[in-house]
Amino acid sequence: MKPKITNIVCCGVGGQGVLLFTDILAQVAMSAGLDVKKSEVHGMAQRGGSVISQLRFGEKIYSPLIEETTADFIVGFEKLETLRYLHFLSQKGKVLLDSLEIAPMPVLTGALTYPSDIMERIQAQTNNVYVVDAFKLALELGEARAQNVIMLGALSRFLRFPYENYEQAIKENIKPKFVDLNLKAFKLGKKLIKK
Amino acid sequence: MENTNRSLFSGDEAIARGAWEAGCKVASAYPGTPSTQILENLVNYEGVYCEWSTNEKVALEVALGAALAGVRSICTMKHVGLNVAADPLFSSAYIGVRGGLVIVTADDPGLHSSQNEQDNRYYGMAAKLPVLTPADSQEAKDFTKLGFELSEKYDVPVILRITTRIAHSKTIVELGERIEVEDKGYTKDITKANLLPQFARGRHVLLEQRMKQLEEYANTTPVNKIIEGKKNFGVIADGVAYEYAREIFPKASFLKLGMVWPFAKDLVRKFAQGKKHLYVIEEVDPFLETLIKSLGIKVTGKDKLPLVEELNLRIVRNALTEKPTTFSTAADLPPRPPALCPGCPHAGLFYLLQKKDVIITGDIGCYTLGSYPPHNAIDTCVCMGGSITLAHGIEKAFKMFKPETAGNPDDKSKKPKRVVSIIGDSTFFHMGMPGLVNAVYNKGNQITIIVDNRTTGMTGHQDHPGTGKTLMGEQTKMLKTEDVAKACGVDKVYMLDPYKIKENRALFRQILSESGPAVIVSKQACALLVPRKAVKKVNVEKCIGCKVCLSLGCPAMSFQNEKSHINPAFCVGCGMCAELCAKQAIE
Ligand SMILES: Cc1ncc(C[n+]2csc(CCOP(=O)(O)OP(=O)(O)O)c2C)c(N)n1
Repeated sequence: MKPKITNIVCCGVGGQGVLLFTDILAQVAMSAGLDVKKSEVHGMAQRGGSVISQLRFGEKIYSPLIEETTADFIVGFEKLETLRYLHFLSQKGKVLLDSLEIAPMPVLTGALTYPSDIMERIQAQTNNVYVVDAFKLALELGEARAQNVIMLGALSRFLRFPYENYEQAIKENIKPKFVDLNLKAFKLGKKLIKK
Repeated sequence: MENTNRSLFSGDEAIARGAWEAGCKVASAYPGTPSTQILENLVNYEGVYCEWSTNEKVALEVALGAALAGVRSICTMKHVGLNVAADPLFSSAYIGVRGGLVIVTADDPGLHSSQNEQDNRYYGMAAKLPVLTPADSQEAKDFTKLGFELSEKYDVPVILRITTRIAHSKTIVELGERIEVEDKGYTKDITKANLLPQFARGRHVLLEQRMKQLEEYANTTPVNKIIEGKKNFGVIADGVAYEYAREIFPKASFLKLGMVWPFAKDLVRKFAQGKKHLYVIEEVDPFLETLIKSLGIKVTGKDKLPLVEELNLRIVRNALTEKPTTFSTAADLPPRPPALCPGCPHAGLFYLLQKKDVIITGDIGCYTLGSYPPHNAIDTCVCMGGSITLAHGIEKAFKMFKPETAGNPDDKSKKPKRVVSIIGDSTFFHMGMPGLVNAVYNKGNQITIIVDNRTTGMTGHQDHPGTGKTLMGEQTKMLKTEDVAKACGVDKVYMLDPYKIKENRALFRQILSESGPAVIVSKQACALLVPRKAVKKVNVEKCIGCKVCLSLGCPAMSFQNEKSHINPAFCVGCGMCAELCAKQAIE
């Protein structure tokens, strides 16, 4: 039998905190004693471009990149970006997405239109779709940047790591000033998923 | 199971850690994705002098100087940076070191943020320097330390070649302590460090001997290791390609090469023996494959694997196995290319240029994004410093045209177009200055625009000679781009604030009508470095939907219900849109 590896693709728009999301989760997996690799590209992509970060954990990981059709989870911080990377999803994989829409430059300039059928197209491919309003909740919390940790809270419902690991990783990755707010955000996110 | 001596490090962080653990004391670099974070991390450790040098050639010479003074030193750069540093690179192989010298080149297969996909393993072959190629962060750290040891033992600088996937992937690293290395001190030895032909001849002989010894080392070093698997099926791989290969072929025998130059001929021969199938899996160029084939060994490699783009699991699987991974992508989606940030001063400048019938040679930096719509402002992007010089060449060619062609065959007026070059502040200090001196000396007529946003923007806000601060956080003399331009011999130096679009129009028209060479310094700090101002709002009563403000290409602006709209979450209050609005509809 193949040793179990968990593959998570996280995607969104530059500035949404996609990389911090996988940073925290990678830390959580490492403190659980697992081998971890995560991969992304900094640079051009940050300038409001499309961002993808890939995280893998398990007993032993070789490739830092996930193969298409093998992701256990796609965590999308934005609708269009979720669809863009949907081909990574495995047959039994789950999609966790924020229904937020952010128009890319060609849409802003009026050259193209933002597709209206994204949810239908995602649902045509999989039944395992969980939609959360993380961005909206983050705004209600008074900190738009907490969207990623709310998403993390939601995703944590599908993973088997203890809460303490998340708390520790959040403390290590986030400025002390914002830790309490983010722990609150995490718990809020957890409540969004009913299994 | 928590182990406090383990950490999740990117390859860049791991190299910084490795340099520190190895007792490195001097580090120099010019920023460049994906290498930038090495020095950004190393500067946080105690006991290492770190600097942003003005360019990669300068950086390498600084590190070589430190190595000759007897301390361990490291120099880091992106792959194209090594082209800039190639001159001292080749000489440094002859001269060697006293303290160890590690040169990190971060290649970018897949062109994530570069202008080419060059494979710098060849530099080791061409310059006669050993090349180490780590496959994950642990190896990035270990090989950095090994690099210093080899450098001192064999008296050569060592190249550590990483790629974007190594630099920016995080994997688990075991942390060690810093070792204190004795300072060897400087001793004068002109037969070693002075490459007059008479001495260089002798140094070349020694270099060839060292490379022979290093080849022996390559055949026996544990970083070139055989992993036994199936008897008749072998894979040879280096760098991250090894990780993909190992996952796709878990049962194969592997020769994992951590040192690709000098080429471990004997080890490869030994490994190849009795293998019916031999794959060479490497990114971009057939560097190893060509060497292996030169031994008369038959392999499968680039006949199946691509010469372009970085590898991944699917590409390796689909090229080399019978069970391809198939899927379809949503190909019809609107792309999301990187864009200038809200409030970016470059946007104001591009607006000015949009409607001008001029040739615009660009350079490398955030402002290269001005090539995209709606700015459409930049014709060329070659390499750092390539704006002023290209403009000069175009101008000179126009002068040589026959009168009928007169500069521009498509242009009915037959009037040669004016040539404008655009260059960023960091790029100007990096390689723009010699080009500007050249334009002055050779009677150029161009208008050079220095887009001075007070930082090295594209690579994440590093200081440079114009910012008045060093990488170590010290205050230093601030060189003003306008003063430097004058010192380069340009008499007409104009200053403008790119946010003041209305004023600038008149000024720009005037400058275009005069003869050159002229320099415009467009000065306004990067919008990410200044506090946000009050958010602007469109008064829909007054907005007539003319879309003029949208041609700024601001990501905070869109067109909704026939009116301009400003996204309050993105707007930084720069006010450029309000400047442009003829109806005063933006408040
Ligand atoms: C030889 C070389 N070194 C480094 C780089 C990486 N690089 C690309 S743009 C850039 C900095 C540009 O800064 P600046 O000119 O100030 O423009 P800005 O991005 O701030 O607009 C650097 C370092 C490169 N492409 N080529």
